[in-house]
Amino acid sequence: MKKEFKVISELILQNSKVLDVGCGDGELMKFLKDNKTSKIRGLEISKNRVQNCLSKGLTVIEGNAENDLQQFPNNSFDFVILSQTLQAFLDPEKVISELLRVGKKAIVTIPNFGYWKVRLNLLIKGTMPVTENLPNEWYNTPNLHMCTLRDFFNFCSKREIKIFKSLALKNDKTLNLSSKNLAWRNLESQLGIFLIEK
Amino acid sequence: MNKLKQLKNIIITKPQKLDCGKKISNFPISYETYGTLNEKKDNAILVFHALTGDQFASGKNPITNKDGWWSYALGSGKAIDTEKFFVICANVIGGCMGSYGPSTIDEETGKPIGTNFPVITINDMVNAQYNLLEHFKIDKLFAVIGGSMGGMQVLQFVSNFPDKAHIAIPIACTSSHSAQNIAFNELGRQAILADTNWKNGFYEQNKTSPDKGLAVARMAAHITYLSKKGLQEKFGRKLQERDDLKFSFDADFQIESYLRYQGSVFVDRFDANSYLYITRAMDYFDLSKQFNGNLSDAFSNTTSKFFVISFTSDWLYPTAENREIVIALNAIGADVGFVEIESDKGHDSFLLDVPDFLDTLGNYLKTNYKTVNEKRI
Repeated sequence: MKKEFKVISELILQNSKVLDVGCGDGELMKFLKDNKTSKIRGLEISKNRVQNCLSKGLTVIEGNAENDLQQFPNNSFDFVILSQTLQAFLDPEKVISELLRVGKKAIVTIPNFGYWKVRLNLLIKGTMPVTENLPNEWYNTPNLHMCTLRDFFNFCSKREIKIFKSLALKNDKTLNLSSKNLAWRNLESQLGIFLIEK
Repeated sequence: MNKLKQLKNIIITKPQKLDCGKKISNFPISYETYGTLNEKKDNAILVFHALTGDQFASGKNPITNKDGWWSYALGSGKAIDTEKFFVICANVIGGCMGSYGPSTIDEETGKPIGTNFPVITINDMVNAQYNLLEHFKIDKLFAVIGGSMGGMQVLQFVSNFPDKAHIAIPIACTSSHSAQNIAFNELGRQAILADTNWKNGFYEQNKTSPDKGLAVARMAAHITYLSKKGLQEKFGRKLQERDDLKFSFDADFQIESYLRYQGSVFVDRFDANSYLYITRAMDYFDLSKQFNGNLSDAFSNTTSKFFVISFTSDWLYPTAENREIVIALNAIGADVGFVEIESDKGHDSFLLDVPDFLDTLGNYLKTNYKTVNEKRI
């Protein structure tokens, strides 16, 4: 399993109610279901993936986070997870506010556009960065709103969103992440993992 | 008619109050079963049929000699696997395959009840079928499953009996019959009523049969079960056994011939009055109205796990209406999964060979049956 999922699962309390937004084939859901909580739901946009999840006995709804989070009441989950998809939404700001309305806490992970290889790509080649984590070209990327770890820190402080806990992943190594080491972490890590709360 | 007497049935002795206010008792429910009920009685599935279905969901229908209406989904090794599950399917009241309906013979007159039969509702159908649980001494069903009107019965069942099914799978249905659907049903009913052979519903006594009206009703309804794309691909403007147009009102086009055929075979197996009563029951179905406009309240006590399924090309019970059920369930934190299956086969998709649908349904039942059993151990 992806290191990212292990880190996410460590943030989740036993027997809590969890919604995995963009749950894919349900890999994380299945792990959480087996190890943390049976009260887990998923939302996924791809029909095939929804069918795969349902086939595994996971409770998943076909839908899009931008429209379909509306149907969930306020605070109906303890944790809402959004893994590496925030940048793909038309309106990430709205999605974050929906996550924090539906969930008491949200876990958001962000592919870091401040990662040194990304920066170097643009600086040296003068082209939009293409890396392992961001394999698409500018013309076919689903990622509309890339941001850096610092951008996300700034966003949270502007919107008065509390960052409960933040971690960075550097080649599958978990590092602590805070405003103090942000400059360096923003350069060396590929992924940021944020536990946030309104 | 004699054949009908050989069907499996139970007589419900206990009086049942219908939504129209009338009470019925000592009435028959005809049913069929598939597979074997295990010792723990935890593998039972109640399948509800749609408008023109009956208890013969799988295998050969002994009356029509045709394959059961859900042969693609139900049987040995199929999605609803009869090697594993014990499946019960009953003819709805109002139907014409042995259950209490307008073609039931009135003992006093020796003639069919006809339009003296009370107007029934989806709620009445479900309450009548609930007796089957007692008959088989099943405390809790593993699942209730149905498509179209069968899906409406699933919703009504879990609402009426919130702790009697582990799994509820309403397919291609709605919680409230739309104006468009009422309109199509009315069209069908008017076709029957306009047939002079209908005789106010007492055609048996008059030795007539409103076949033309019923066939037209079926033809109109059949169009609504398909999709424009499906029709175009299957028939297009292809001509029926001729090289050119005949400048007449014969069936020049294959689609005409196909619809005429569908109409003509339907009248051999279905009772016109049953068609009137059952379409009426569908039109009256409005689950949220039963709960003062709040659909979530219909499920507030539910312990069932739901799986709602719709189809992309179904314009009769479109995804948006299926989604309303999902939204109402999510609003109360019920356990609900939902998928819209890609298919060009229209509303009929749930009856046909649609692998994505059948695979997902089959796997869902299999994995959940395991989970439910593990929990109990």
